[in-house]
Amino acid sequence: MSIDTETARKVAKLARIRVEEDALPALAGEFNAILGFIEQLNEVDVDGVEPMTSVTPQRLKRREDVVTDGDQQPAVLANAPDTREGFYAVPKVVE
Amino acid sequence: MSDLSKLTIAAARDKLRAKEITAVELTDACLTEVEGAAALNAFVHHTPEVAREQAGNADRRIAMGMSPDLCGIPLGIKDLFCTKGVASQAASGILDGFKPEYESTVTSQLFKDGAVMLGKLNMDEFAMGSSNETSVYGDAVNPWKVDDRALTPGGSSGGSASAVAAGLCLGATGTDTGGSIRQPAAFTGITGIKPTYGRVSRWGVVAFASSLDQAGPMTKDVRDAAIMLTCMSGHDAKDSTSADIPVPDFEAALTGDIKGKKIGIPREYRMEGMPAEIETLWSQGQEMLRDAGAAIVDISLPHTKYALPAYYVIAPAEASSNLARYDGVRFGHRAKLAAGDGITEMYEKTRAEGFGAEVQRRVMVGTYVLSAGFYDAYYNRARKVRTLIKQDFETVFADGIDSILTPATPSAAFGLGEMVDADPIQMYLNDVFTVTVNLAGLPGISVPAGYDSKGLPLGLQLIGRPWEEGDLLNTAYALERSVQFDGKPTRWW
Repeated sequence: MSIDTETARKVAKLARIRVEEDALPALAGEFNAILGFIEQLNEVDVDGVEPMTSVTPQRLKRREDVVTDGDQQPAVLANAPDTREGFYAVPKVVE
Repeated sequence: MSDLSKLTIAAARDKLRAKEITAVELTDACLTEVEGAAALNAFVHHTPEVAREQAGNADRRIAMGMSPDLCGIPLGIKDLFCTKGVASQAASGILDGFKPEYESTVTSQLFKDGAVMLGKLNMDEFAMGSSNETSVYGDAVNPWKVDDRALTPGGSSGGSASAVAAGLCLGATGTDTGGSIRQPAAFTGITGIKPTYGRVSRWGVVAFASSLDQAGPMTKDVRDAAIMLTCMSGHDAKDSTSADIPVPDFEAALTGDIKGKKIGIPREYRMEGMPAEIETLWSQGQEMLRDAGAAIVDISLPHTKYALPAYYVIAPAEASSNLARYDGVRFGHRAKLAAGDGITEMYEKTRAEGFGAEVQRRVMVGTYVLSAGFYDAYYNRARKVRTLIKQDFETVFADGIDSILTPATPSAAFGLGEMVDADPIQMYLNDVFTVTVNLAGLPGISVPAGYDSKGLPLGLQLIGRPWEEGDLLNTAYALERSVQFDGKPTRWW
């Protein structure tokens, strides 16, 4: 498996990270080094092995489906880069 | 009384209770040390006002005669922990200016017992790194020095390690996803324990790889680790993976008696090209535990070799998902937008500006291994290998092994900047002995055990059975008593 510049561009897009065009070949090279290292996993016989979902054998706790918190609008918005009238503000999404 | 900051937690606790010192004196001594240690770049946000107020309150509690162990004890807090009203940036530019409106469960438990926060500690960005060189604050520096090079304190909890080793604080919080407590502890001659997954609440700790992350203490000795871990542990309804089981008094487990314990020596950890001094240190550790009455048993953990590659699928995959929240909308940095930029440009520019190179690399690797067509080949395969790695440990524990002794790191601390031109894999190899423990969810502790040929500290790692941190700490305590590591870095900063 080898990653080319085009794949690197696609992955950067999926990850929503802007990567300048001239940085893509180096990035693809780094991906290839890491994926080459990961390829070792193909040597392992994993037939019939369950993929791990929880490292400790536990059933997640359940609780009543009720509101436990709320009415904290100022605290929720306190760290936002841009807010208007009690809402997060972002660039126009819908024309 | 300028040596107050050099005290262990246990010694300071006893002096505070005996009214030989006050928490305010102790805190002031630490604050002075912190101010004088800018060259270490360990503390990145200073909170002297918070510290003095907490110390005053602690003194009042101590005067009333009923004070918890950590009452009045000055600590450093890794920048990964959210602390209410105090910058908590995970050493990332993307969380620039972020001051949480809430307190992490770990820090609230520490503060409830009267611990004092001196400030926030440097680390690798989002805990991704093994040398503290990916931090937005710049490198933290190891107080140990043998020539004109500045050495790494390790990572990701590099600031915590540096601060404790230099005696700026009595103890510190760390977090460990692949070795981020144990490797820096080994590099700086201190003790660090990663508890069993689920022992300590992750609530309010900035997430890196949620199925691997655990917080733990970094301290001057094993007793202090036991004291801090007792306070940090416990069930938390706000972390669904935290275990609802009783927390023992870990300090009470420290008898030093390990007669009849079976200590496993995994043959797969004898790596090709391992430096002779690491091999020697490991043999000495085995002899010491044998002399203390334990039985040394050769064991096999056959999938060890595959731990690091499995980790470098699972951790980036979880990171890419966890770090999706940094979008420039709700907190932290937002890029300046050009005319006509829409929301996609806002995301892309914000994340390109806010994340450093290593974080970007891991987020993108994670995105790739989770993407359509590769999910089975990479992510599911890695999770199956993880199952096998855990089974390796279960098998040896079922055979009666109580704990496992390994080297903590493949080398002593290296120079800052020395790995700049190496490919990322070379840096990842730092975690080769520690990462299996995270994948299997086990407790692991690094204890200073000797020096390399240049005089830099080296650590040994002990791995325990799940939930048996008390037994693990006791074995570490026995090892510590045999090693008698009493080296301290010579002050140059």
